[in-house]
Amino acid sequence: MIEEFIFTNLPALMVAVPLLAAFVCPLVAQISPAMRKMWVMGSMAITSLLGLLLVMRVYTMGTFVYVFGASTPGLSIPLDSGGIPIRIVFTVDAMSAFMDLIIAIVGFCVILYSLSSDERRTSPQYYYTLFLLLIAAVIGMVSTGDLFNFFVFIEISSLASAGLVAYSVEKGRAVEAGLKYFMVSALGGIFLLFVIGILYGQYDALNIAMIAQRMQFTMLDKIALVLLVAALAAKCGAVPMHFWTPDAYSLAPSSVTAMLVVASQASLYGLFRFTFTMYHLSLNYVTIGWTIIVLGVLSMVIGVTMAIPQKDVKRLMAYHAISQTGYMLLGVGVGLAVLGNETAINSFGTIAMEGGIFHIINHALYKGLLFLTAGAIIYRIGTRDLNRMGGLGHSMKYTMIFFIIGSLAIAGIPPFNGFASKLLIYESVYLFNPFLAIIAMVVSILTLASFVKVFHSIFMGPPLPEFASVREVPLPMLLGMGILATLVILFGVFPQTVVNLIVAPAVHALIDQSGYISAILGGA
Amino acid sequence: MLWNLPFIAVVLLTAIGISIILLKKNLVKIFMGLNVLTSAVNLFIIAVGYREGGIAPIFTNAPSPVMVMPTPQALCLTSIVIGVATTAVLLAFAMLLYRMYGTNDVEAIRELRG
Repeated sequence: MIEEFIFTNLPALMVAVPLLAAFVCPLVAQISPAMRKMWVMGSMAITSLLGLLLVMRVYTMGTFVYVFGASTPGLSIPLDSGGIPIRIVFTVDAMSAFMDLIIAIVGFCVILYSLSSDERRTSPQYYYTLFLLLIAAVIGMVSTGDLFNFFVFIEISSLASAGLVAYSVEKGRAVEAGLKYFMVSALGGIFLLFVIGILYGQYDALNIAMIAQRMQFTMLDKIALVLLVAALAAKCGAVPMHFWTPDAYSLAPSSVTAMLVVASQASLYGLFRFTFTMYHLSLNYVTIGWTIIVLGVLSMVIGVTMAIPQKDVKRLMAYHAISQTGYMLLGVGVGLAVLGNETAINSFGTIAMEGGIFHIINHALYKGLLFLTAGAIIYRIGTRDLNRMGGLGHSMKYTMIFFIIGSLAIAGIPPFNGFASKLLIYESVYLFNPFLAIIAMVVSILTLASFVKVFHSIFMGPPLPEFASVREVPLPMLLGMGILATLVILFGVFPQTVVNLIVAPAVHALIDQSGYISAILGGA
Repeated sequence: MLWNLPFIAVVLLTAIGISIILLKKNLVKIFMGLNVLTSAVNLFIIAVGYREGGIAPIFTNAPSPVMVMPTPQALCLTSIVIGVATTAVLLAFAMLLYRMYGTNDVEAIRELRG
């Protein structure tokens, strides 16, 4: 009975559990801090478990359509509605399930880590309210099949993450970072609402599948597309709208930064979902594909060149995050640029997209790991300045090992996961345009150079007298980092299994527009 | 021409909102620009959803079974609520920044660079 209830309502529960837990958290915290910790950890564990169940179901049984308020959960078009899906529909296809998997894994590790790392914060109950709200919003963003619902969730995620970025005021600097991030997000949200108005005015529908089916690609749709790409590229931190990223990533608490990486990727998911599923072949895919490629290449190059001279460890990593987002844009952009070309998409377009999508999960894992190690170092020594660090390898051995794993993965060194996805991107992009592949490789080398420098200045050298009392971080933090590090290695050792199991279905779900439409509207 | 009046208002409000955000230096004024922009989009959605002679979908009172779906109005209400939350958070930030830096001038609040 209860099993059946859980299985039929999985997508709704995925959002409902963290949302409810978020607002009950301050009440539970009244009892005792230990209860608060158990509540937060327990609700996140349940969310992750539900996420894994949902992912398994979607990969074995196909797209999961959940309709809110319908007499049966799969009934997307009520009989008396005249063929329009008027209710809010959650459409969890393989691509959404892929993103849910990322959120389930990273969310669990990050909350586990933050139990120790954030216990010294003032009023932690509100901190966790925002944190769980962010997780609920990101899950909603990737699950929903409704345009306006996507807008609502993206606004919730902006509100929650702006609050989290500014949480540790830090003499106003964190608030400044939060303000920059929130202004960009609020403007992006307004653009998105404008797009919704344009599309609803033309097609009388808010459901993505319905709009996709009726898409005419008029002049208005082109304006809508430009606004969409601008808003979502700004939210995912691609150059030239990247200026908020280093500020927000470096001043947010480290556990939040790791989650912000995932939140940015949810915006990236939105970008891919709308271009591939909603517009598909009707858009001028060569132009849009090249736009995304150019954004990607710019992000890669500018991100890594800005990262090299940084003195602040988290700011440096934030610039690398911009640079890595470029790889995803490059891979998927190549796939989009050859979308209408049957031979090209079969020979290298799909592989490029597999590389780009695979890089999303790899990036979430290793970048999350790197931000958590940076947070562990800051937790113990209290400074972010690379010039004041040194010799920590003597006292923080595990953190050092996790840092090595993360930095080798981001630089694309085998056998770590970054290598697997970057190799897919190099191979396929080389067939598309050799010049782009060479840029991608050069960026990778620069990344390695930058991380060698960071590693040297943090961990190498004789033990410094001012850090004599530094010890290893507490167990929950080590566990959180350990899970991510294990997955980084596993994904790097068995890349083919991962690609076949979870990445290829996700890519197929993006390319196959008619499958998405027929899952909701039936027939087609 | 008269039909397009709401849309002309939308264009004007958008232009005013964007120019305030770009040109003003005071944080509170920038937030006001953002609110003007939100109002422009709300007006756009309502104008798009307007049907002349449409019947509000109050089932017990409707003279005919053909009624107008109130989706645009629902969207607009939601967006107003989100706008309130956004403004509240932004103003809280402005207050904190004023307390920390002693000013609300965006050119003076520039600790984070490079």
